[in-house]
Amino acid sequence: MARFAMVIDTVKCVGCMDCVVACKTENKVPEGFNRDWITTDAKGKFPTVQMEIRSERCNHCDNPPCVYCCPTKASHVHDLGGVVLVHHHMCIGCKACLASCPYDARFIHPDGYADKCTFCIHRVEKGLDPACVAVCPTHCMYFGDLDDVESQVSKLLLERKNHALIPEAGTRPEIYYLI
Amino acid sequence: MEFISRRKFLKIGGASLAATTAIGNAKLFDSKRATELRQVPTFCDICFWKCGAIATIQDGKLWKVEGNPKDPLSRGRLCPRGSGGIGAHYDPDRLKTPLMRKSVRGEEEWVAVSWDEALGFIADKMKKIKADYGPEAMALFSHGIGGNFLKHMLKAYGSANIAAPSFAQCRGPRDVGFKLTFGEDVSSPERTDIRNAECLVLIGSHLGENMHNTQVQEFGDAIAQDAEIIVVDPRFSVAASKAKYYLPIKPGADLALLLAWMNVLVTENLYNQDYVTKYGFGFDHFVNEILPFTPEWAYPETGIEPDLIRQTARVMARHKPATLIHPGRHVTWYGDDAQRSRAIALLNALMGNWGVKGGFYYPVSMDIPGYPYPEYPHSERPKVDNPDNKYPFAHETITNGIREATLTGNPYPIKGWLVYATNLMHALPNEKETIQAIQNLDLMVVIDVIPAEIAGWADVVLPESVYLERYDDLNVEWFREPFTALRQPVIDPPHDQKPNWWIAKTLAEKLDLGHYFPWKDIEEYLSYRINQAGLSYEQLKSEGILLGEKQPIYFSEGVPDVFPTPSGKIEFYSLQLAQAGFDAVPKYTKPPQPPPGYFRLLYGRSPVHSFSRTQSNRILMDMMDENEVWINQDVAGRYGLKSGDYIRLKNQDGVVSNRIKVKATERIRTDCVYMIHGFGHNSRMLKFAYEKGVSDAQLITQYTVDPLMGGTAMNVNFVTLELEA
Ligand code: SF4
Repeated sequence: MARFAMVIDTVKCVGCMDCVVACKTENKVPEGFNRDWITTDAKGKFPTVQMEIRSERCNHCDNPPCVYCCPTKASHVHDLGGVVLVHHHMCIGCKACLASCPYDARFIHPDGYADKCTFCIHRVEKGLDPACVAVCPTHCMYFGDLDDVESQVSKLLLERKNHALIPEAGTRPEIYYLI
Repeated sequence: MEFISRRKFLKIGGASLAATTAIGNAKLFDSKRATELRQVPTFCDICFWKCGAIATIQDGKLWKVEGNPKDPLSRGRLCPRGSGGIGAHYDPDRLKTPLMRKSVRGEEEWVAVSWDEALGFIADKMKKIKADYGPEAMALFSHGIGGNFLKHMLKAYGSANIAAPSFAQCRGPRDVGFKLTFGEDVSSPERTDIRNAECLVLIGSHLGENMHNTQVQEFGDAIAQDAEIIVVDPRFSVAASKAKYYLPIKPGADLALLLAWMNVLVTENLYNQDYVTKYGFGFDHFVNEILPFTPEWAYPETGIEPDLIRQTARVMARHKPATLIHPGRHVTWYGDDAQRSRAIALLNALMGNWGVKGGFYYPVSMDIPGYPYPEYPHSERPKVDNPDNKYPFAHETITNGIREATLTGNPYPIKGWLVYATNLMHALPNEKETIQAIQNLDLMVVIDVIPAEIAGWADVVLPESVYLERYDDLNVEWFREPFTALRQPVIDPPHDQKPNWWIAKTLAEKLDLGHYFPWKDIEEYLSYRINQAGLSYEQLKSEGILLGEKQPIYFSEGVPDVFPTPSGKIEFYSLQLAQAGFDAVPKYTKPPQPPPGYFRLLYGRSPVHSFSRTQSNRILMDMMDENEVWINQDVAGRYGLKSGDYIRLKNQDGVVSNRIKVKATERIRTDCVYMIHGFGHNSRMLKFAYEKGVSDAQLITQYTVDPLMGGTAMNVNFVTLELEA
């Protein structure tokens, strides 16, 4: 089995939003919505400020509440890499998954279904990186298989300090931030 | 996905790999519909960086634009603006058809006309201007590579009054300061060897927010290689968050800091002595002049503790010659800009990094001959912008000099403006002067893709096709490695838009100057040049980029170590400056400070917008659709303001802005406020962008002219915070 994950180096990230734009065009995300976004956490008092910039999206959790709560099984875990996806034709737009996601990663597409990051599974299936990873001008994003100890994502997580978002929610997120 | 082991990957995804052959077939979501895909290489035009791109057309519709992996500028990755480039094609507010003014200038009342009528009108007016005032009475303001054919047309007509705001409103002072010192300027793309720098110093440069692709990519490389980064900025920029040393300088005091740094390097003998001995001119004089400017002297000016000044100077020295003090790009700040840039050049010279790895490399280019044109007519009158050589070191045309001549009629009248792809209302300071100058014109033409403010003042507006719909001149780039790139159409323009080459050629024909455009169409022009260079036009068309052979870029690789200055050396002391009555070694003068209750207005760039040209691109507007005013948290607190509140700004001349959202933050000093440039449009034709955010340009009614080169410093305006009732 594969377990797909994203590792994002916050030391290199400049928060330019190229990941957001590339996702938007690649996936034809409608006007007014984005599947990923930038969060800037600044702490301290001027001029002694620390700042972490993160590219955020659906965490493709290992323990995904959005899948468990879906009444129609539209929200599901894909058999490739544990990617969390939505069957558009089965989704009734009830928003249960939107409410269950601690990361606020989902939105209702104007066509009526719940939408979010797919890890660009259509690209991954062809051996390409997700659009956001492929475009990043500072090369701060990595995509790969955590079940493969030789993969760059596995190695980076061993070598570098990192954290995931809201681990206390118990969702076991699969996006890791190097610090 | 080079990081997943290929073998393992094939095992997982083998079935679907076999099933998907067409590129981009989103199998999971589009499985019922086979899509037809077509890819065309071209280069980007959302800014002037000209990154190599590949556009994908899906079933006849423009889908996406990505980096061309062959392109040395983008290294296969476009910046966010380039990635959002399709938004320019789909922009519903773009210019669609030629327009002629129906009432007085600025009223924005138009009739749609044919190209023939519009160009015929322009040609008649231009002929009359030539007869009445001479051809030099026509001026062209132009930005970017798209202006090349229009420039050629205007020179054929007989005028060299051609200017771009990129000189006097942007990088001009930097290029003058470096030319005075090294004999060569920094050029564009900047010849900075960021990726090999061990220590990188950014002064006001906000790389990462300012998104010149190669620069930001190399900034990423430098971070990854643990370069020591020093950032000087009144605002805690993104770059500052990557820095080991952040110097929160008082706005306007950068030159004082530079002098103090040089003082430390000289008095502590930390500079690159071999390099300076070998290449320096007038070093002893320089040392004498720099001695008074100790860190203690600089402290009250800059607000930077003497210890920190010393410590950072030592860090720079430790990594020399691979210490790069970035020269910046938009440097028209306080009026001492050419001298401040010269101080940056001198600081780099002390590191011994010019022509050296980790400093400044020597850019190289391919030898592609130009097209053989007839000679341009000889002009009796020199360019209008710099009478009596008032600004002796201006080596490019001064936009505001042309504006001034248009206003005053001196040294001779300017009666017609062609404005190509530059929104002068946002680019030039004090829009009142621009508007007054326009009143003196017999002809005012704007050629652009969007109806920016300047279009509102035109007699005729010509809609250009966006870069994805047209050919342009070749990009024969000067860079680390030589290459040539082609811009070619990816998709048809949606309405009656035309490419600039066609506009220039057709207008030339109507002006009886057709012999200056002897080629039948642009492909004949492009293929001629490429074939003359012994290269294949077909290959260029299919790959988008032709790479030249690697050439030396450092002294160590064989670049001749010559400096085209008067002394033939790096001029620590500049006799040419002294002779022209300026400081031979830069000196600091404190700029005017904000009166009580006022804040200095600073502005900068967003990674998702280019100037005032992208605010109707719906994709980029989904990233950022208005600008905010950054106010120090404590100051905001004092005014009872919090993030998300709306206020207005009022400047020292009583100009009141649109409403702007407050960003109360710990990321800025208390004596200044900051906003992103380019918002606050008031062109009614820009329906989507209309009145979103605030235009800094509107508040920039004051400017200080750089005495060396005529640039307009714009960080000299002060604002108060006007709370909504
Ligand atoms: S830097 Fe960005 S906008 Fe400018 S040419 Fe490159 S991709 Fe296009």
